[in-house]
Amino acid sequence: MSYIVKPRFHHPQLQKNDLGYTRRDYEGTLTTLCGGCGHDSISAAIIHAVHEMSLAPHQLAKVSGIGCSSKIPSYFLERSHGFNSVHGRMPSIATGANLANRELYYLGISGDGDTASIGLGQFCHIVRRRINMLYIVANNGTYGLTKGQLSATADLGSKTKSGEESQYDNIDLVSLAIDLGASFVARSFSGDKEQLVPLIQAGLSHRGFALIDVISPCVTFNNTPLSAHGYKNTWENNVVLSEIDFVPMRKEITARYSAGKDKEITLHDGSVIHLHKTGSGYDPGNRENALLHVNEYKKQGRIATGLLYINQDQSDFHELADTVNKPFNRLNEHDLCPGGEVLADINETFM
Amino acid sequence: MSRGKRAAGGRTGKTRKTAGVNNFVVKFANVNGSGSASANNLFAKAIFRMGIPVSPHNIFPSNIQGLPTWYEVRVNDKGFLGRREGVDLMVAVNEQTIVRDIESVVPDGYVLYDSSKALRPIRKDVNFLPIPLKDICLREFQHPGQRQLFQNIVYVGALATLLDIDFGILTGMISEQFRGKEKLILPNVHALELGYHYARDHFDCPLPIRLRPSRKARGKILMDGNTAIGLGCVYGGATVASWYPLTPSTSVVEAYGKYCKRLRIDPGTGKRKFAIVQAEDELAAIGIAIGAGWNGARAFTASSGPGVSLMQEFLGLAYFAEVPVVLFNIQRVGPSTGMPTRTQQGDLLSCAFASHGDTRQVLLFPSTPKECFEFAAGSFDIADRLQTPVIVMSDLELGMNEHVCDPLEWDDTGGYDRGKVLGGEQLEQMEEYGRYLDVDGDGVPWRTLPGAHPERGSYFTRGSSHDAMAAYTEDGNVYAEVMDRLARKFAGAGKVLPEPEIQADGASRGMIYFGTTAGAIPEVQHKFAKRGVRLDTLRIRSYPFHDAVSRFIEEHEIVYVIEQNRDAQLKSLLKIDCGANDGKMRSVLNYNGVVISADQIQEAILVDLPEAPEREQASA
Repeated sequence: MSYIVKPRFHHPQLQKNDLGYTRRDYEGTLTTLCGGCGHDSISAAIIHAVHEMSLAPHQLAKVSGIGCSSKIPSYFLERSHGFNSVHGRMPSIATGANLANRELYYLGISGDGDTASIGLGQFCHIVRRRINMLYIVANNGTYGLTKGQLSATADLGSKTKSGEESQYDNIDLVSLAIDLGASFVARSFSGDKEQLVPLIQAGLSHRGFALIDVISPCVTFNNTPLSAHGYKNTWENNVVLSEIDFVPMRKEITARYSAGKDKEITLHDGSVIHLHKTGSGYDPGNRENALLHVNEYKKQGRIATGLLYINQDQSDFHELADTVNKPFNRLNEHDLCPGGEVLADINETFM
Repeated sequence: MSRGKRAAGGRTGKTRKTAGVNNFVVKFANVNGSGSASANNLFAKAIFRMGIPVSPHNIFPSNIQGLPTWYEVRVNDKGFLGRREGVDLMVAVNEQTIVRDIESVVPDGYVLYDSSKALRPIRKDVNFLPIPLKDICLREFQHPGQRQLFQNIVYVGALATLLDIDFGILTGMISEQFRGKEKLILPNVHALELGYHYARDHFDCPLPIRLRPSRKARGKILMDGNTAIGLGCVYGGATVASWYPLTPSTSVVEAYGKYCKRLRIDPGTGKRKFAIVQAEDELAAIGIAIGAGWNGARAFTASSGPGVSLMQEFLGLAYFAEVPVVLFNIQRVGPSTGMPTRTQQGDLLSCAFASHGDTRQVLLFPSTPKECFEFAAGSFDIADRLQTPVIVMSDLELGMNEHVCDPLEWDDTGGYDRGKVLGGEQLEQMEEYGRYLDVDGDGVPWRTLPGAHPERGSYFTRGSSHDAMAAYTEDGNVYAEVMDRLARKFAGAGKVLPEPEIQADGASRGMIYFGTTAGAIPEVQHKFAKRGVRLDTLRIRSYPFHDAVSRFIEEHEIVYVIEQNRDAQLKSLLKIDCGANDGKMRSVLNYNGVVISADQIQEAILVDLPEAPEREQASA
């Protein structure tokens, strides 16, 4: 049995957030992934991010597909409802859930097999449909649960532990998402919590579809010096295009990096993103520029990370569908049923 | 013959015994995309408005323009509206098929054709009604579109004289149809009059097969099943529809959308209390509905064979994770692409057991538009009560053809039954909550919705094996307990499902049928009654079967199981679930793509009856 209850006891002086919750209140069951798995770092970053921004866990719903990545929603936010669906189909579950209740935060967790292979169609269409959610891909270039086959995000020439070499060009989820109209696109590295945590916070606060492609090395099958998704390659070839700092809504702005700050973006919920100087002068507000940079670095065998693209002016699905503000799941028969008198009139039209 | 008119068969005074006043079949042979559909519809509806029972059938190709298409209208004052073989009057205006169309007319029947082009007389035993449709329209109309389109209206006008259709009803319908586009009324009425006058001046009218106003269809409605389902979803409280266009299910979501735009707009803000997602495929379509159902909205998708096959994996998830969702399967002819525009009841087994592993799905079988409405609205209560998918099994025959039925009814006193859902306050009072705990002993656990309570009631929904607390488990005994509870839940589902409709009079033989076979049954009974044969009937309306189904089989020596597929799927299901003795169940099958007729059923059963002389012949 791989479900393990975590011990409940904790340090009495754990820091509480605005809701009075400690980080423990945002944890889940014990992980069953391999020791050192990048995915566990993603779980930790999510717990850190959501606790720090004082988001009530029950106001968030977790959705995932199938695979090592899709297991991790068990390992964080135990007080959130979660839905571990079928392989490659998390986007449709997320879409339906979001339609039913527009007030919650939706956090989708998927992997590179789940998103770039079996679920590529659903991924493309949820981007197009502009569902308001944060979609995290824990991207390790390999199929872990079936023991190390190459995935569709494995770079050309990348080798797994068994020596299998990728013969095909990879699918780059970041370029794809920007191309298909995602309004928040970032890439990060599971080993860089400093970078990842504010991106998660900003992605959750962003109104519209947000993607974070997180390079998350598979220590068991794809972490050799010749693996493009290994720790070594990612550390060495990571190019930070834009670094951000996140200030939740209603919080005083205390810029940790005020010296290097060159831009502020206020999100729809009042939260603020600080973009700070990286020397590159990169502008994440320009879609063509973002695609150009991502592809240019890819050609050089390097990985562009940070907030790559943001567009705050795009309407989300509910705005486009012109739905009522009240969540559908709180509408009752009084709101929804036209009643017997109207039906009598409708009968007339068929006589 | 007065005024030099053609006698058009009236001369001989002979008419087919089966045809006569308010009792005949008219068939229209058209070219797809030529605008014939609305004219033919006008014809059928006008007869219905005269109070006469009518059953129109579209027999159409999988094509947008150019291929042959037929529209068959049976008129029957006794209300026998199943399909009947034989055509009494053929409107043969498709050159591609005219030879075959004329051949299908009964001896002494009639053929109305476009005499703008000479027709080689291929039969002497039918009566020809030549009308120069093309020439009339070329002479009378300027616009090329109208010259084509109005040929259809002209023949409807001619039929009005030939069959004695109330002309005022026709012109009234034209005015209704073009309300808001008034300038189209005049040319349409003109076209009707052209045909009306031409027939009056050239033929002995009316024909022996003709209409007489009746009361039989008064107070009834003429509606297609898909529209009724779409409307039922509005009444049943569905807010999320996700779908992928697929014949013959497409008009379900189109109807839902049409009624929502009228009935589901928030008066204060003008915003919509519904959302329709045209998904990228059927996998996503059902996934979206399941996601919405999980989160507490009433959601549905509509599809047909190929799409339902794609939904199998998700149907298993919704069964095992216990998520309410409704799927409308408007069945068409399979396997594979099959005949996309023909009807069949071929998905019974694949839907009853949809998905891998031990799964059982709840099925509903409507047989009239009224039941389509009621079952659609009710399916959301059932799905919520049982926390499982509900598949409503309609078919092309019911979904895409108009049927005469009783008006739709709605009881304003009964609210929606959302089943076992715990709110925040209830969770606050509880000691322990487990998503899959069988608290009430009926196999149906309590669910919670995301956001219900800050600290209680959350759980992890999964398609992997789980225990009563929704935690992942690979413990085989725990898995088996969950599977046993699901079986208990399914076995008890009958109490919220529609009961079978039984007509039992102590006969030793009975008929079991469902869905669109129902249209033929009153006529079958009438035919047998004339021969002094009695048969009890049971119409199945839901699966799992009620106990009454097993009892009916036990109480009859021979049971004819009538269905529209090759493999006797209902009979198989009865054997599996009711343990029925195979020897006493005899199949009556039809799977040629058109709905089963009373003649087919009668013939199949007659050869099996001991007292029938046909039986000796059959066994000789």
